[in-house]
Amino acid sequence: MLVPMKHASRVLLSALLLAGLLASCGRGGGDSSSSSSAGSPASSGGTKGASVYYLNFKPEIASVYEEIAKEYEAETGVRLQVVTAASGTYEQTLKSEIAKADAPTIFQINGPVGYEAWKDYCLDLSGSELYSHLTDKSLAVTSGDGVYGIPYVVEGYGIIYNNEIMDRYFALPDKAVSIESAKEIHGFPMLREVVEDMTAKKEALGIDGVFASTSMSAGNQWRWQTHLANLPLYYEFRESAGEGDVILEGLSAQEIAFTYAENFQNLFDLYLQNSTTAPGLLGGKSVADSMAEFALGRCAMVQNGNWAWSEISGVEGNTVGEEDIKFMPLYTGMEGEEAQGLCIGTENYLAVNAKASPEQQKAALDFLTWLFTSSKGKSYVSGPLGFIAPFDTFSDEEKPADPLAREVLDWMERDVQSVVWTFAAFPSEDFKNDFGDALLEYAQGSKTFDEVKEIVVRSWKSEREKTGAAA
Amino acid sequence: MQKSLRKYFPLFVLPTLAAFGIAFLVPFFMGLYLSFTRFTVVTDARFVGLENYVEIFTSNADFLRALWFTVRFTVVSVVTINLLGFLLALLLTSGIPGTNLFRTVFFMPNLIGGIVLGYIWQLILNGALYPFGVTLTSNARYGFWGLVVLMNWQLTGYMMIIYIAGLQNIPDELSEAANIDGATGLQRLWHITLPMVMPSITICTFLTLTNSFKLFDQNLALTSGAPSKQTAMLALDIYNTFYGKPGFEGVGQAKAVLFFLMVGLIAFLQLLLTRRKEVEG
Repeated sequence: MLVPMKHASRVLLSALLLAGLLASCGRGGGDSSSSSSAGSPASSGGTKGASVYYLNFKPEIASVYEEIAKEYEAETGVRLQVVTAASGTYEQTLKSEIAKADAPTIFQINGPVGYEAWKDYCLDLSGSELYSHLTDKSLAVTSGDGVYGIPYVVEGYGIIYNNEIMDRYFALPDKAVSIESAKEIHGFPMLREVVEDMTAKKEALGIDGVFASTSMSAGNQWRWQTHLANLPLYYEFRESAGEGDVILEGLSAQEIAFTYAENFQNLFDLYLQNSTTAPGLLGGKSVADSMAEFALGRCAMVQNGNWAWSEISGVEGNTVGEEDIKFMPLYTGMEGEEAQGLCIGTENYLAVNAKASPEQQKAALDFLTWLFTSSKGKSYVSGPLGFIAPFDTFSDEEKPADPLAREVLDWMERDVQSVVWTFAAFPSEDFKNDFGDALLEYAQGSKTFDEVKEIVVRSWKSEREKTGAAA
Repeated sequence: MQKSLRKYFPLFVLPTLAAFGIAFLVPFFMGLYLSFTRFTVVTDARFVGLENYVEIFTSNADFLRALWFTVRFTVVSVVTINLLGFLLALLLTSGIPGTNLFRTVFFMPNLIGGIVLGYIWQLILNGALYPFGVTLTSNARYGFWGLVVLMNWQLTGYMMIIYIAGLQNIPDELSEAANIDGATGLQRLWHITLPMVMPSITICTFLTLTNSFKLFDQNLALTSGAPSKQTAMLALDIYNTFYGKPGFEGVGQAKAVLFFLMVGLIAFLQLLLTRRKEVEG
């Protein structure tokens, strides 16, 4: 009698142990999946079908999404979980997250190339309410009759300058240029004259250099190998496309000539030679370093986009006034570039997970509709998120208030030709990295620009072959 | 008692076995299978045979270059770490004052994670290189020696502790007898100390060898392969292949399988070689 009792309790005990172990395993796993940000909301409460999991791409606004998640749950009772991938690791995070049973229901793709990689997971959104509000339907990522990615933000980039420092320069009695303000710079030759003269007088201006550091550390090269590289390739594809679409032309290009490599070099050299940092030291600089230099008034210009405002204003001791921060297009010495505007486009397309359950897909779409059409959601979008959202639900008064976004809108209305984001057609991440690696070596003096050009042309060809043309 | 132990053995071993299966066996065999497939997401793969393995050697020279860099790094760091660790152990068992403090101090770097260490050393080394107008990424040689310094700093203390334990296990009679026979310090080191700490040497070379060969965090944080992948080690190359371009996940996986075979083979050979030199106290 005694023996079986003993056995029974032992069995019970070990079963308990096992249960405890499994429970702790489960909890551990749950925590780690949501620890990146958004401070994992408790998983209890709320039915399973009615939850949204959004994998966010933009770390600079991760904290805003936490607020939105609370607000949305309070209003609708639907749990919104937002996980933010660390800068430059979105693809990695998405790859591992989407394999989970509890996969992201909303994620984002970076354009046609991204769609090619994720097409099995992109739901057709052509019937969705959000798509019906998209002002310019040609912006969406489409394939056949289907719509698989909806852009949610239009962004622009160029050279950001601090007008206060520029005015200080133009007030100098011994300036070497004839113009009176930065607004009068309409091309590369004038830009170079101004910049080189400013460098000569940098002590008088109280700056370390005209341009912020050309950040070259790993993961911080995108301003050059993607954004600056956009211009020469835009002009190359525009020429070959004739009347056709520039991005489609780029997507179908098996090879490039890199005809305007010299124009790239023009501006890149100007950055390197008039910088706060000696070219040999750039391998240790990050984008955050550059933005801090700009915010602290140690340089007058920096190449970046309107998303950088939150970064600039967030730097402690920021000296750049809202009214002094302005945009200038990236002038590279192209013919007729006085009619060129900022680089305007997007690489942020929302996609809904096609392999999620129908209830989850509905919850995901409901959230997106709420965010971009309800007054509460819209106040977040144009407020703390600072998106220039391409939807007809936003009136003119609801455009974002931050100075760089206003500058972008202003440039869009001027009589200039905006440059589309041609880099959506770049064949792969590896292409950009090869480009960036070569630029680093060029900056450090261990490669000539001819070698850089050769690497770019070769890498485009081999990467396109390997990954297959997207179009 | 014996009988009931045998009876309940499966039940008690189950939790560990389950954890081992979930965290080790399943991913291992899945990885093996995935290296023969084309996939974007691990649960959704298409079989392609040996294509990925061919691709490793035909698509570019990254893998072989990383292999060569890794081998050079491993050789240098295994020698320097063990030499330094052993010398420190000798020094700190010779009865100098403050021994315990020094042991703790030398061991501490081992407690810091690789990524953090990598970034800290990046700052230190870039700071040291600053007066010369260069950075760690200016030349692959800087990255190489930077990694060696980092690894030495991190692992020397750990190896030192193992060597100290080995040294303390040598019976006093042996050294005394040698002293009486008139052996010099060097002779004692060569004929008594070294053979007696051979088990520690086996462990230490094994640890340094595999750790250096598999190095990832420190590599990623310190140079991330710059300039132009010249300082990328095998693990980093695998990672970059996997995430670098769509459709190449399988190739990365195939590289990982080759990597596993290499690490296994090297570790096995090393154990075989050093084990033969061990003697009984």
